[in-house]
Amino acid sequence: MLHIILVMYYGYPYKYALLDGIITNALLMAAGSLIINILRFYLPYRDRYGYLLFLSIIFSVAVVSLSKFYLNMIFSQPADKDYLLFVSNSNWIRGGISFLLIGCMAIISVLWYTQEEEQENRQRKNDAEKMSKEAELFKLRQQLQPHFLFNSLNSISALIGSDPVQARNMIHQLSDFLRTTLRKDEEQWIKMEEELESLELYLEIEKVRFGHRLSTTIMKDEKSLQMLVPPMILQPVVENAIKFGLYDTTEAVTINISVFAENDLLKVIVQNPFDPETASPRHGTGFGLNSVKRRLYLLFARTDLVETSSKDHVFTTIINIPKHENYYH
Amino acid sequence: MKIIIIDDEPLARSIIREYLQFHPELNLIAECNDGFEGVKAIQQQQPDLIFLDIQMPKINGFEMLELIEEPPAVIFTTAFDEYAMKAFESHAVDYLLKPFSRDRFDKAISKWKLTDRTIPVKEQLAPLLESVSNSPAEQNRVVIKLSGKIRIIPIEDIHYLEAADDYVKIHTKEGAFLKNKTMGHFEKVLNKNQFVRTHRSYMINISEITRIDPYEKENHLAILKSGARVPVSKSGYLNLKMVLGL
Repeated sequence: MLHIILVMYYGYPYKYALLDGIITNALLMAAGSLIINILRFYLPYRDRYGYLLFLSIIFSVAVVSLSKFYLNMIFSQPADKDYLLFVSNSNWIRGGISFLLIGCMAIISVLWYTQEEEQENRQRKNDAEKMSKEAELFKLRQQLQPHFLFNSLNSISALIGSDPVQARNMIHQLSDFLRTTLRKDEEQWIKMEEELESLELYLEIEKVRFGHRLSTTIMKDEKSLQMLVPPMILQPVVENAIKFGLYDTTEAVTINISVFAENDLLKVIVQNPFDPETASPRHGTGFGLNSVKRRLYLLFARTDLVETSSKDHVFTTIINIPKHENYYH
Repeated sequence: MKIIIIDDEPLARSIIREYLQFHPELNLIAECNDGFEGVKAIQQQQPDLIFLDIQMPKINGFEMLELIEEPPAVIFTTAFDEYAMKAFESHAVDYLLKPFSRDRFDKAISKWKLTDRTIPVKEQLAPLLESVSNSPAEQNRVVIKLSGKIRIIPIEDIHYLEAADDYVKIHTKEGAFLKNKTMGHFEKVLNKNQFVRTHRSYMINISEITRIDPYEKENHLAILKSGARVPVSKSGYLNLKMVLGL
């Protein structure tokens, strides 16, 4: 358009301006799409701008020469001589404008492609991070098992001689418990109700192991049972409570667990007795609590979701679980 | 032959009891729930062999053994304790991994019957106990026995250590306790940035030091928060300066 107006401004008839404009612009468009395609398939990392300059110059020279060639072909009558002279004289201007236009297109396409590449990289990085997160979570969960597992098997081995019915019962409990821990997909949050079921299985097994030394109470409110939690989040906390409760005192031990909803938070409170004289330096450094802290951090990017306190020979752990996006099933 | 089982899980004890029935010559005289009961039973009843669990309330199996002057022969039992298992392997001690079969149990008994009784058990166990005293569980406390009672001292409660013949005197705010170990042992076990050997016979918890005064020739005296004055030798002074970053 601009091209046509300019040509007319110099006093040439409408016919010349239109044809010249169409030819030049068609050639420019062809050059532009060519350059965009070239850049899509080959974009050097080093000396990117030299490469662009080179491409732009080549293409603008080609556009100017080709347009001159076509114009020469079309305006072959003697009456057109004057206009062809004008075309020749304006070679530099035409070249300059073509160069600018082609350069602009090249730069825009480079920006576009780099941005696209960047996005791909980001996506890849996200995926990698997600994978390593999952691997870490898997490892954290694995570390919880061996001591518990072998001791339970030992208890079963003992029961087979003295109380086969109870032995079989314990095998079923252990299998159910192991199945729930293996089946749980990290991404798939579960209802608190389910989490408590597997926790109770675990506690039943521990009670068989430790006999009358261990007892537990569980309090729960209706609302909290329908709320969603990351699978196996309570397990390590209760394990920790049992470990410190049973290994820091020699008396009978009661572990209190209460679960309730408070606004949007799901609160879990676990209490176990401990001996302040010998236990204090070891609390909070337990593997169990750290793994829960780490998991909650990976999930919510918050470090304040696990609180611990001790008073009157009772150690209390409070876990706050924020609302999941898909709150209810 | 007198046998004692020490394990905090009743079922773990019952399976050993069951397997022992097939060895009528072995007479089970006591079962203990934890290390405290263990120490008492061993001293009162002088068994020939004990089955000892590692993970138990308050003090673990190794700590219990350290408290006994002349320990009986030991067969360790454990479910899973990477640290202990490594130590067992490198010190050729017999141990049973739970759950164990009757065959494996019988083998351990036959092996025990064939062992050389001329070397005191204490000597046989020493390298094992030395290596496990570096375990994470034992690094932050010291277990001692005082007139029949067992005390667990958290490491941070120790003010300073003093050599006393074959013992080390552990000074805390509640007084001094004797432990039958050497200074060398504590030097190896305790955190080097926390406890400094300031003298051939002294090691100080540096967070207890209030000031260091010159004292005779090239020696110094460290004054602790408790008011105690602890000798610092010439080389000890250099050690101290290094750790304190002077």
